[in-house]
Amino acid sequence: MNAIELNNLTKTYSSGKTVVTAVDDISFSVNEGELFGLIGPDGAGKTSIFRILTTLLLADKGNATVLGFDVIKDWKAIRDLVGYMPGRFSLYQDLTVEENLNFFATIFNTTIQENYDLISDIYKQLEPFKTRRAGKLSGGMKQKLALSCALIHKPKILFLDEPTTGVDPVSRKEFWEMLKKLKAQGITILVSTPYMDEAKLCDRIALIQIGKILKIDTPINIIDSFDKKLFAVHSENMFKLLNDLRSFENTESCFGFGENHHLTFKDDEMNILDLENYLIKSGHAKATIKIIKPEIEDCFMELMK
Amino acid sequence: MLLEKEIVIKTDKLTKRFGDFTAVSEISFEVYKGEIFGFLGANGAGKTTAMKMLIGISIPTSGNATIAGFDIYIQTEQIKKSIGYMSQKFSLYEDLTIKENIQLFGGIYGLSDKEIKSKSEELINKLGLNNEADKLVASLPLGWKQKLAFSIAIFHQPKIVFLDEPTGGVDPITRRQFWDMIYEAAHNGITVFVTTHYMDEAEYCDRVSIMVDGVIQALDSPANLKSKYNAESMDEVFLMLARGAKRGE
Repeated sequence: MNAIELNNLTKTYSSGKTVVTAVDDISFSVNEGELFGLIGPDGAGKTSIFRILTTLLLADKGNATVLGFDVIKDWKAIRDLVGYMPGRFSLYQDLTVEENLNFFATIFNTTIQENYDLISDIYKQLEPFKTRRAGKLSGGMKQKLALSCALIHKPKILFLDEPTTGVDPVSRKEFWEMLKKLKAQGITILVSTPYMDEAKLCDRIALIQIGKILKIDTPINIIDSFDKKLFAVHSENMFKLLNDLRSFENTESCFGFGENHHLTFKDDEMNILDLENYLIKSGHAKATIKIIKPEIEDCFMELMK
Repeated sequence: MLLEKEIVIKTDKLTKRFGDFTAVSEISFEVYKGEIFGFLGANGAGKTTAMKMLIGISIPTSGNATIAGFDIYIQTEQIKKSIGYMSQKFSLYEDLTIKENIQLFGGIYGLSDKEIKSKSEELINKLGLNNEADKLVASLPLGWKQKLAFSIAIFHQPKIVFLDEPTGGVDPITRRQFWDMIYEAAHNGITVFVTTHYMDEAEYCDRVSIMVDGVIQALDSPANLKSKYNAESMDEVFLMLARGAKRGE
């Protein structure tokens, strides 16, 4: 049985005359125990998918199941079995850390003690502040508390909607380490993120954009299926280099990627010396050109075209 | 690259305390004209507090700073006229049209009606929004909103533009188009002061500072920082410095 299954799911929103298709005929499934990532920018439809799967929103068309239960008919059963961390912090700001956790445990007919094992790693870091009101916590601590509350009833599946958005790189790294540990305990995790570098930490990913899935596969397979040669180019004046590379006749695409520009050609068979000569002529005597393996972000951008 | 190093931001031991908590502790740095300056730090490091002082909406506890030559204690109104500001959270009025937003902000920054009219046409053409000019901003995709917001933030040709996580949640191609616009603004002499959580964007800055627990732990060009910390990427540099943070997380 698949832990999560979506078949031809569609969701539209209308305001006035405009109709927005947030989720456009989307199908995919998540295996039990899998860490599955929905990777895409704002407006991709990630949150709508989460809300449909957690029985908080009705789709217009298609169907979906969670642990074999239908998201419409069996909504009650699903709510007992899943943990959901929405993108916006939605705990009670005027309850303390401990009160929030206690509240969620009680709602699910359990106690903090009963499932303490599952959250101890995460909650330990919060315990010194357990009498602090949730509204007064820093971003990173709020995120840890929200995860603890989503876990306290020992869910079979965790739904995490952009848990790392706006979070600094250190806390992001720590968060993904926590997810790895939860996965090791057999919890299925569906997580969304706009940060493409987090994709490689998932077992499988769906790249998603404006309600449509661009591709579903393991990160490695997605990278291997990039079918063009990709070059990293660097010189002393990166701004001029970007414009010069874009004006080169055989350039198909050129984008900044941190300290290098990533470049693809219209014709992969061309002689790289042509580019070297062109760059020297354009004043980039010290330019370096390396052939490289693409990142998920390169693949996403190629698929967006 | 810079012919003359005209200083547009200068801080000297700038400090902000809330009760017994020192949010920003004696930060001193300079930013030059036309520079892209990355202002990095972990959540809770004090970036937002520092930025609020620099844009003249929060009075420091101690220390000094000048922004575009104006004193941040007594010349806050002149500072506001000399800068542009945009953040991910608030940038434009969703229930006004694109044209109306441009007119509103142009007016606030004291441009004449004539200037607003000619410059807004120029801007709408440049962004390729001719067919959308009379539509509500709410109907624009996020990436376009952010590009428009940036254009409006520099509409009055400020000396400095402050960008607070301008590219959060934006798709990867639009994110890069946004940086093309940043490069262009800097090329035209506007100083860009930017915060981001994307470490690849740190590489696009001329210099970056990294704040940890209220102090500036490091400040240099990305290349120098990488060689100093023997790191392959800015991500590594950031992790090395910010891991030691005691507060916030």
